[in-house]
Amino acid sequence: MQNNLIYRIPVLGRLSESNLSLFAGLLAALLTTGFAIWFLKAENEYVIGFLLALAVAVTLGVSRLGGLGYVGRAFSDHEKLMNGAAVCGVLALAAVFREDHFTLLMIAIVLLYMLAGLGLTIQFGYLGLVNLSGASFLGVGAYTSAVLLAHTAVPPLLVLVIGGVMSALVGCLLVLPVLRTKGHYSAVVTIAFAILFMSFLQVNDTLGGPQGLATGEMALFGWGFNTGIELENGFYGSFYLNYLLLALALLVIAFALVKRLERSWIGLSMDAVRLDETAAACYGLSIARWKVVGFTLGNFLIGMAGALYAMMLGFIAPANFSFGDSLILVSIVLLGGIGNPWGLAVAAAIVVILPEKLQMIQEYRFLLFAGLVVLVLLFRPDGLLPRGMRNYIPGGGARS
Amino acid sequence: MDIGLLGQYVINGLMLGMMYALVAVGFTLFFGVLNVIQFSHGDVLMVGSFVGYTAILALAAIGIDNPIIELLGALLASVGVVALLGALIARYLVLPLRSSPPLNTLLITLMLGTVLRESVRLFFPDGSNPKRFPALLPDEAFTFGSFTLRVDSLMLLIAGLLLIVALHLVINRTRLGLAIRAVAQDEETAMTMGINFRLVVLVTFAIGSGVAAFAGVMNGLYYNEINFGNGLLLGVIGFAAAIIGGLGSIYGAILGGFLFAALQTIGSVALPFASAYKDVFAFAVVIVLMAWRPTGLIAERTSERV
Repeated sequence: MQNNLIYRIPVLGRLSESNLSLFAGLLAALLTTGFAIWFLKAENEYVIGFLLALAVAVTLGVSRLGGLGYVGRAFSDHEKLMNGAAVCGVLALAAVFREDHFTLLMIAIVLLYMLAGLGLTIQFGYLGLVNLSGASFLGVGAYTSAVLLAHTAVPPLLVLVIGGVMSALVGCLLVLPVLRTKGHYSAVVTIAFAILFMSFLQVNDTLGGPQGLATGEMALFGWGFNTGIELENGFYGSFYLNYLLLALALLVIAFALVKRLERSWIGLSMDAVRLDETAAACYGLSIARWKVVGFTLGNFLIGMAGALYAMMLGFIAPANFSFGDSLILVSIVLLGGIGNPWGLAVAAAIVVILPEKLQMIQEYRFLLFAGLVVLVLLFRPDGLLPRGMRNYIPGGGARS
Repeated sequence: MDIGLLGQYVINGLMLGMMYALVAVGFTLFFGVLNVIQFSHGDVLMVGSFVGYTAILALAAIGIDNPIIELLGALLASVGVVALLGALIARYLVLPLRSSPPLNTLLITLMLGTVLRESVRLFFPDGSNPKRFPALLPDEAFTFGSFTLRVDSLMLLIAGLLLIVALHLVINRTRLGLAIRAVAQDEETAMTMGINFRLVVLVTFAIGSGVAAFAGVMNGLYYNEINFGNGLLLGVIGFAAAIIGGLGSIYGAILGGFLFAALQTIGSVALPFASAYKDVFAFAVVIVLMAWRPTGLIAERTSERV
């Protein structure tokens, strides 16, 4: 029915609503990329402030006019195209800033936070398992990769996987208490683990104590990642470009996995477990099984992100994995909209890039983000981009 | 180990336990009336110790240097301001979120804790450095062989004990306490019986936060130092203690507080590994305890309503 609606737009002629939304989505992707380039290039604080105000004003204006609905439909109707557009956007950013170490590092950190956020999304958004020790699992992955690269000859790509596996294994220690407890009681288990892990790192001399550890570099097929890219035609890229591209590749795989998971019967079961355990159990779903699967898978993704994070930074210390950082990870998931992977992109970009660009708020960043999350919870509890309705008939279009 | 040293550890453990118990009581009171976790409680305590510190400085600035007046002023200011803060938190952050999932309340108060912590760090003059808390209690000590009993520790222990007894009397012997217990048991029935639900909630939050402020001043007097980051760990420990005891039970919270202090003391003294691992040990035991008794040692006796 909706697909029969025809819109007349002067330049474009006749468009079905579906195509119109595709057009809106691609336009949004293009504008966002352009904006990101402009924003990352801006040095002057006034320009940055102006750009922020512009972004807020345009977003609010477009959402008033109902434009965001089209963008949302573009993501649900033309998913593959839009995903491709987003990846192209990141690649365009990487190409523009190929020589700028710091900007590339920031973008790569955003990507890794998104990867960790995907892990939390499975636990938090699909299963309703509160994990307030996200940074600890990031730390498990990071320390695993530091130790393995320093003392063994395991190929770095494998180290990434082992980092994830270690994180999942450590998570298994918590599985029993997490399964048996509910709500606040399960929150205390993860908080206790976060504090335990942090103080363990600080007092353990083998792992460097409070000073931390230096980590080795990533290498693929003999190509060391800590050297810049130089081609014969004069192309030069910072060594962070390597990490950015790898992080992007990992993120794309994880993203596809999480999206498929959400759409499949597994995601449906997880949603049922979150919404009502008793009812789900009555319909024959095994609560314990899904919780274990989701918790472990989530920790695996977080650990993998941590392993790459450590290689990229080259140096890790317990302070990178404190309880405060776990809270930052949770704020990213919450700010973006629990259960919506695209929300993660927006939230991670805000949380990572904003303080770096606005040096004057650097000092106040914990205060500002905590305040921001308080406001979001009070006035927009579903986050900036709330998770959409489940699309039960694939290809049938979203019928709202 | 000789008996004097053992006594020293016991006194230290009791002191820690008293502080944890006072924090845990707040958690359990809030959980009782509203079924929420007010996670900024530890930072509220830290605010309490800073208010007390400011009051002492202010009194000293206007020329009063009698330690008893200073102490009373610090306690009054701290408990008063923080009780108000607690009521405001309940009014503007916790009550508006009643219809949303309990997790949101946990998160909003966690974040509020960060806001409080960072505000003190950034806006209190030189707030990022530890502050020396003036020693207002007599510094004599009784010595029995190798065992030294400091008078100030003894006074703090007695004060804490009196506060717990007073709290017990308020909860069990007054109309207010009856109202609190009624709301905790069943808020709708309590409302039909003419109990002003909002008022009871606000008063409960004020009481709980006031107790935390007392613990904050106590913490300052005992360690002679306050720091903007003190609250987080105390809050987490208080929460863990309340949970170990079983949320909603005041006696469970007190038990949990002393149990946690005992674990830390055992971890630092009696176990073969370095004492630096005492927190690792204590939190590991908490996790194991949670796996064993998922709703605390004194478990909630409710069956789930579907």
